[in-house]
Amino acid sequence: MLSKYRNIYTDSAPLAVFRVLFGLMMFGSIVRFWMYGWIDSLYIQPKFFFSYYGFEWVQPLGNYTYLIFSICAVAALCVAFGYKYRIAIITFFLSFTYIELMDKTTYLNHYYFISLLSFLLIFLPANTRLSVDAYLRKKEYEKVPRWTIDSIKILLGIVYFYAGLAKLNSDWLLRAQPLKIWLTSKYDLPFIGENIMQQEWFHYAMSWGGTFYDLTIPFLLLYRKTRFLAFFLVVFFHVFTRVLFPIGMFPYIMIVSSLIFFDAKLHRTIIAFIQRLSPLKSRVVERISEYHYSVLSKKLVPNIVILFFVVQLLMPWRYLIYPGELFWTEEGYRFSWRVMLIEKSGYTTFKIVDGKTKKYFYVENSDFLTPFQEKQMSSQPDFILEYAHYLGDHFASQGHQNIEVYAESFVALNGRLSAQFIDSSVNLYNEKESFKHKPWIVPFQHDIKIKGL
Amino acid sequence: MYKKFLALVVFAGLIFACSSSGGGGGVDPGDDDVFVDNFDRGAMLTALADQVITQAYDGFHTQMIMLNQAGMNFVAAPDQTTLSNLRNGWFNAYKVWQYIEMFNIGKAEELQYSFYMNVYPLSVTDVENNITNGGYDLYAVGNQDAVGFPALDYLLYGLADNDADILAKYTTDVNADGYKTYLTDVLTQMDDLTRLVVNDWGEGYRDTFINNSGNTSTSSLNILVNSFVQYYEKKLRANKIGIPAGVFSGNPLPDKVEALYRKNGSKELAEIALQAVEDFFNGKQYNGGAEAESFKTYLSYLDRDDISNNILSQINTAQAQLNSLSNNFYEQVNTDNSQMLMTYDELQKVVVFIKNDMPNAFNVSIVFQDNDGD
Repeated sequence: MLSKYRNIYTDSAPLAVFRVLFGLMMFGSIVRFWMYGWIDSLYIQPKFFFSYYGFEWVQPLGNYTYLIFSICAVAALCVAFGYKYRIAIITFFLSFTYIELMDKTTYLNHYYFISLLSFLLIFLPANTRLSVDAYLRKKEYEKVPRWTIDSIKILLGIVYFYAGLAKLNSDWLLRAQPLKIWLTSKYDLPFIGENIMQQEWFHYAMSWGGTFYDLTIPFLLLYRKTRFLAFFLVVFFHVFTRVLFPIGMFPYIMIVSSLIFFDAKLHRTIIAFIQRLSPLKSRVVERISEYHYSVLSKKLVPNIVILFFVVQLLMPWRYLIYPGELFWTEEGYRFSWRVMLIEKSGYTTFKIVDGKTKKYFYVENSDFLTPFQEKQMSSQPDFILEYAHYLGDHFASQGHQNIEVYAESFVALNGRLSAQFIDSSVNLYNEKESFKHKPWIVPFQHDIKIKGL
Repeated sequence: MYKKFLALVVFAGLIFACSSSGGGGGVDPGDDDVFVDNFDRGAMLTALADQVITQAYDGFHTQMIMLNQAGMNFVAAPDQTTLSNLRNGWFNAYKVWQYIEMFNIGKAEELQYSFYMNVYPLSVTDVENNITNGGYDLYAVGNQDAVGFPALDYLLYGLADNDADILAKYTTDVNADGYKTYLTDVLTQMDDLTRLVVNDWGEGYRDTFINNSGNTSTSSLNILVNSFVQYYEKKLRANKIGIPAGVFSGNPLPDKVEALYRKNGSKELAEIALQAVEDFFNGKQYNGGAEAESFKTYLSYLDRDDISNNILSQINTAQAQLNSLSNNFYEQVNTDNSQMLMTYDELQKVVVFIKNDMPNAFNVSIVFQDNDGD
């Protein structure tokens, strides 16, 4: 059956339109990021960057960081125009992912989504149509293997569905947390701020509604009869969250991406519209019916894509291997589509002790971290450990002896009172980062437990 | 199909256009009147502005005027009487200052008011160089540790070991005029700055403050919470107790206490500062009288009395510990620093509640840095 499926061909228009819109949105995102001065404030100003385990070698490059962003932006434009597509999308994937790996302070699910999507696009023939490449080689392919378009739908489906599964917990459904905190504070919204935003029923309605939305939207988009309603919901949901929360470009990326679910007819209309604007229309381009992967690729690519999806399907479940409360320890939390799921804030200070004389002093975090880094560090154990090592190394280089580093950390989760987060008797300078459980995280002990997936 | 699609895009665009993109100081005049919210943040800001902040400012302004007058009397005729009058005026004003240093907002923030009023430890070298060389600019950033209350502390108590020798500096010293001029200039600067800040509250900042009742990084509640937390953490916990006790350096630094030269004022000032923090949290009127809308009542509206209780009971514990210290922190650090460290620990516990739990409940960011969320 699978081999039969591999040989089904379908109109290439949706893939071509997707490539154009994706490239343009990425270009816009990078320009926006640059114009807000975030390259400077997030990647140039800080003295120290938090690394992903195993990617410590990925660091910002001082002023050359702007060059990486430039490369990424140019690659995004090339993707949009379909010019030297394969090289462009590989360059985009590598430069974008490099940027995301530079400092995990800025981790966002939607950046991860972009990395995954651009990785997937490396293997898809997205430049067969509506592209400079097609124009230059004077060949357009009208059909591509159906799985290429389906794979994008599957990736989107995973994002939504897993985001929905992650909401199946007692804090989200039975306490309306953290939406209760967030929505109540939106009292300054026009018309709705001072009434429905303050109503408990509305917090619950949003929590439950969001869960149903995430769990069902992939299917509603797939099914022809509900597709238009589903798209309306997509637009409404994302625009509404955009109004409520500072989530940047993400809503627009999701809205545009979900167009992939529509019939080729819509995409052909869009292509016709774009071609009317295009200066390159005079040249005669040969129309070829089906795009075929080369013999080698035909064997290799589907397997890579299958492996990619197997990893995607398993990755969010890795938290089950760790003991303790996921929202508290965050072991296995990232890369799992847990979007806007917790309101967690921490206050963490570090004590540098001379192990021999027992003399100690406290660290002023703002001497080393930006406010944003300090905020992220304060409630996430892997950040706390990495920073403790950085501090230890720093004070060792200043000539301090017998250094021990202790963290005094308090974290508030989803409307609970702050509680001790890190065992303050553990010398973190002796602890090593790994994928193993971190036993020095004080277990989650609040009376109101979190039950669910 | 295509038309419907187009309609959707237009709809999305419209909503986007109406949505604020965050970061701006959005004020929506009029909305407050149309809808009734159970908790009126505008009323809280009004109460805090009228019954707490401006009352405290007025109280301080009165003290500042008296202090300035006492300074002029002293400079006109330096003797033991005018000196002790000036010292009283200085300490009385210093005590009320503890009630307003936390309001690093509006004009005070713009002028860096508190940085010209109370940066210590004082740089005696800078003060003496200024006096010897003249031609100084007291508004230079480099002179922030050579002016304000700490400079007066030195000029009134620290110039010599006894009052006769101190008076001699203003009378028989070769540079007696230099000392008198410097004292006058410091007082004038403090008086000028105070007038600018107090007048600004009277001339419109009050209304700006009250009307800016949204929830963005620049709205009043946010800047008030931030200035409150920062004051507590840096100016009170660290400067008054932590730094002299050596919490950040490993070694005690007794020379860094507040009111170092007066010797026995540091504890009283710290106690008043902590009381001021408690009063502000409670919305207690500066001039006495009932408690008004405040952080406490807002927490109560949000069903988070547990946070208020933690804050208040921990402040009480810290007050008891603080109260057990010597009147003179310089002496306390040198004789039994462990008591200072214990006081720091108790003050530190309050930080968790006011910096983590309270802003979390208000959904106010502490120290805003622009970026996207998920």
